[in-house]
Amino acid sequence: MEKRLNGKRISKASLNGFVNYGIVIAAFALIQILLAVQKPLGVTLVSNIMQSLLVPACCYIVMAVSLNLTVGILGELSLGHAGFMSLGAFSGVVASFLLAEAIPFAPLRLALSMAVGAVFGAAGGVIVGVPVLRLQGDYLAIVTLAFGQIIKNIIMVLYVGVDGEGFHMALSSERFHLAEEGTAIIKGPMGAVGVQKLASFTAGFVLILITLLVVQNLVNSRSGRAIMALRDNRIAAESVGINVTKYKLMAFVTSAALAGAAGALFGLNYSSTVASKFDFNSSILVLVFVVLGGLGSIRGSIIAAAVLYVLPELLRQFNISDYRMLIYAIILILVMLVTNNDQLKTLAGRIIPKRKGAASHG
Amino acid sequence: MSFLNNAITGVSLGSIYAIIALGYTMVYGIAKMLNFAHGDVIMVGAYVCFFAMGNFNLPPAVGVVLAVVVCTVLGMVIERLAYKPLRAAPSLAVLITAIGVSYFLQNSAQLLWGAATKVFTPIVSGSLALVPGQLSISYVAILSVACCVVVMVGLTLFTGQTKLGKAMRACSEDKGAAQLMGIDVNATISMTFAIGSALAALAGVLMCSAYPVLSPTTGSLPGIKAFTAAVFGGIGSIPGALLGGVLLGVIETFANAYISTELSDAVVFAVLIVVLLVRPAGLMGKYVPEKV
Amino acid sequence: MKKKKLAALLLAGAMGLGLLAGCSNGGKPENGGGDAVTIKVGGIGPTTGDAAQYGTATEWGAEIAVEEINALNGPVKLEFKYEDDTGAADTAVAAYNNLKDWAKDAPLVIYGTTTTGPCVAVSAETYADRIFQLTPSASSPDVVAGKDNVFQMCFTDPYLGTAGAEYLKDKGLGTKYAVIYNNGDAYSTGIAEAFIAKTKELGMELVATQTYPDDKTTDYTVQLNACKDAGADVVFLPIYYTPASLILAQAKQMSYAPLFIGGDGMDGMLDMDGFDKSLAEGLLLMTPFSAGAEDDRTKSFVEKFQKAHNILPNQFAADGYDCMYAIYEACLEIEGLAGMDSAALCDALSAKFGSGTFKVDGLTGKDMTWKKTGEIDKAPLIFKVENGAYVDAQ
Repeated sequence: MEKRLNGKRISKASLNGFVNYGIVIAAFALIQILLAVQKPLGVTLVSNIMQSLLVPACCYIVMAVSLNLTVGILGELSLGHAGFMSLGAFSGVVASFLLAEAIPFAPLRLALSMAVGAVFGAAGGVIVGVPVLRLQGDYLAIVTLAFGQIIKNIIMVLYVGVDGEGFHMALSSERFHLAEEGTAIIKGPMGAVGVQKLASFTAGFVLILITLLVVQNLVNSRSGRAIMALRDNRIAAESVGINVTKYKLMAFVTSAALAGAAGALFGLNYSSTVASKFDFNSSILVLVFVVLGGLGSIRGSIIAAAVLYVLPELLRQFNISDYRMLIYAIILILVMLVTNNDQLKTLAGRIIPKRKGAASHG
Repeated sequence: MSFLNNAITGVSLGSIYAIIALGYTMVYGIAKMLNFAHGDVIMVGAYVCFFAMGNFNLPPAVGVVLAVVVCTVLGMVIERLAYKPLRAAPSLAVLITAIGVSYFLQNSAQLLWGAATKVFTPIVSGSLALVPGQLSISYVAILSVACCVVVMVGLTLFTGQTKLGKAMRACSEDKGAAQLMGIDVNATISMTFAIGSALAALAGVLMCSAYPVLSPTTGSLPGIKAFTAAVFGGIGSIPGALLGGVLLGVIETFANAYISTELSDAVVFAVLIVVLLVRPAGLMGKYVPEKV
Repeated sequence: MKKKKLAALLLAGAMGLGLLAGCSNGGKPENGGGDAVTIKVGGIGPTTGDAAQYGTATEWGAEIAVEEINALNGPVKLEFKYEDDTGAADTAVAAYNNLKDWAKDAPLVIYGTTTTGPCVAVSAETYADRIFQLTPSASSPDVVAGKDNVFQMCFTDPYLGTAGAEYLKDKGLGTKYAVIYNNGDAYSTGIAEAFIAKTKELGMELVATQTYPDDKTTDYTVQLNACKDAGADVVFLPIYYTPASLILAQAKQMSYAPLFIGGDGMDGMLDMDGFDKSLAEGLLLMTPFSAGAEDDRTKSFVEKFQKAHNILPNQFAADGYDCMYAIYEACLEIEGLAGMDSAALCDALSAKFGSGTFKVDGLTGKDMTWKKTGEIDKAPLIFKVENGAYVDAQ
């Protein structure tokens, strides 16, 4: 498994990766073309609802791909991924506010805010990862759940603002003293209000490409193989000298950083963001994307996140608004039952010819 | 005096968590799945009791029995339809299905019974004054603690002494070997879900008697808390679930009273993390070293 | 691999269905009604999730008003559609965009959203798109701040908090005050902060400030114990009725009987299914609406609401009802309404509402006017609960 560029194995993995880039770029180009021609043609090709879903869908694609790194590739169940998104969202919003005067050019400010979000996400990843990654299985899952809740709870009471004297931060409204002319950026339970919208579909697209670049290169590297070795058999991996903590942390922190960047993009797409948005249910939502897309399958995560994020909104058009979430639940159960049904699997196996040495991740 | 009051509140709240956690732990022990729909079964149980008592004027005891029966059947139906086909599937697939079931129950409840909060009539009311005007214990609290102890003792005897209980333990140790010994694994798992759901119904009625509001999302937070309690005590362990539940209730109440009401959940979860770091399998869980 | 394919196929199928449904709905006829101008009113609020009860109330209240208005056969008709936002900002923005698709080129007015967080997000969008927005119940000043097109039907939070403190002071009620509020909620925090500031200003002795993190909290004994130990004889509860009902029950259990006073979010408590009304005896609440009011309009509204939904309407529903009439009456006064697009209608309506002279009579107030900023000018009524019913306590 040396790093050889002429080996057939390597080219197959990279090919798989290139297909993923291709899909993302093609989807982006298609939507941009549709958006560009719909005005001159005078027809609606991409409805308002679809347009408004583009940026959050990008965020959730990044969330899903990054969570897949933890759940699918590292093989540890995380139920607190939204916590890192939350860290990124709020730090990104604060960064964008503070940089507003220094950098008037919006795309650059957005990029820097996303970088700040990624840094905060990564820092959160380290804080969570160092103590808990020695736990395993469902115990690790509950600790990540707990951390997600703790992050949510703390941001709920966090007050951040600036005034003439500088930067203020407090963990309760009583201790938060801001001069009259000052501006509160994060107001505890009310969250960040009056955020200037910077996010754009192009930024989301670039973030997805960066995410793919980071994750795919990591997976196909020596480190990535070490991470997967840990997933497949920790004891065997340890016995050949793989540093468990280092590689687990590497995957976990990368995943958290990407979630932070996605959070910053998400936070800067809405005029108001509250901490309670990033709760247990949000973490679960992303996990659903990952599992439905296929553990370890990057492409699956991208497609599942895009489709499933949009699905409940599309269900609105049925005029069955009361049953919308019920139908979503039923679809969720049925998809799980059908995709794990042995009879259907054999049936599908007969229809779709089996691939040679089907890759477990792509 | 307020310390004692808080302690009483904590223990009675903890007893309710413990009953839910016992159901969680039983199901986890055998099916090895995190049943996120467990919390919503609590909610269904409470609604059944609410309508039995409110709309049909049945006595509280009948209401409780009805809730237990409905939830037992519901638990078995859910297991049969949603979880049994996934017996061989990866555990995450089952987890997602459980989440789907949870959404399904919540949204069905809202469509059937409306989103408006209902006020539950406690099955027992009044309280026992220990120091008049200062210290009292509500009868619901006494009932919760009593139920919790009875359930715990009952389950311990059941799993230790009866044939079915032993079959359950065998299944949780090794399903394959249990089957070879002539145990009907599917029936045993179904039975476990029935017991777990019956306990959920009981917990639902007790919880809504102590805190009498009821809405379609009533069960979700206690569900997560009870899950935490089960892990706290060592998931799969019956005395562990009891200990975890009671400790969780007490820590939550004290954190509320003496640290911060806003951060009480954070404190609960922080304690959980510390416990798990010191004892990775929970307070009373068995630590199983991996064989090489 | 197969698994993934199957899943993808299923998902793609589901999505295709969604798109098809979109098409089949697209060609809806614009509506009949002779020369009447049709205004599309798109409502947004939570009809699922934790805040569903508030969203459905605003939806149902508005529905009744729309039916009445359209039955008048006047020169303006309203076409109403309500979308679920689950109480989240991102979903609310999606719902809003869905309503824009629904309206196509017809003039659209946004009614909502019910809760504050999503409303701030949506109002930023309507401000940019130039679509008029009237919210029945999102009461934070952030909702209207800096936006000329957004107006509120409810009181702002600071106003209610200030009014509460002033009322207590004027009436000489109590000597030691306490407040319990939900600091995870913008509405509750907003009122509480204004109340606290006002008590300081008026020299009232505030002995306890207690909070809880969200409305899912079920145990309030700690907060009540703190109030009791501090000797508070008035407890201000700027919270929704569900937690308030628990607080009243738990206070009774611990034999603590101060004077409780709450805001408009408290309205609806007496109508909760199964609520023991004796718990609320003596409770004061500041709300613009009482379902027990004797005027014909309220009576007819309550009757229709009960018939349709089997529960009594609360203040959310009444505010929703008034929103529709406010939009309708403003439209009647606009010249050249026919042919206006959303943006023109937005400017006209914003000018009308912001003029200060446009007055509306509704269930929640007489001669209601708006400030240019978007805040409403109406007086809160103060009621006392006696024998399970509201009694005027002005």
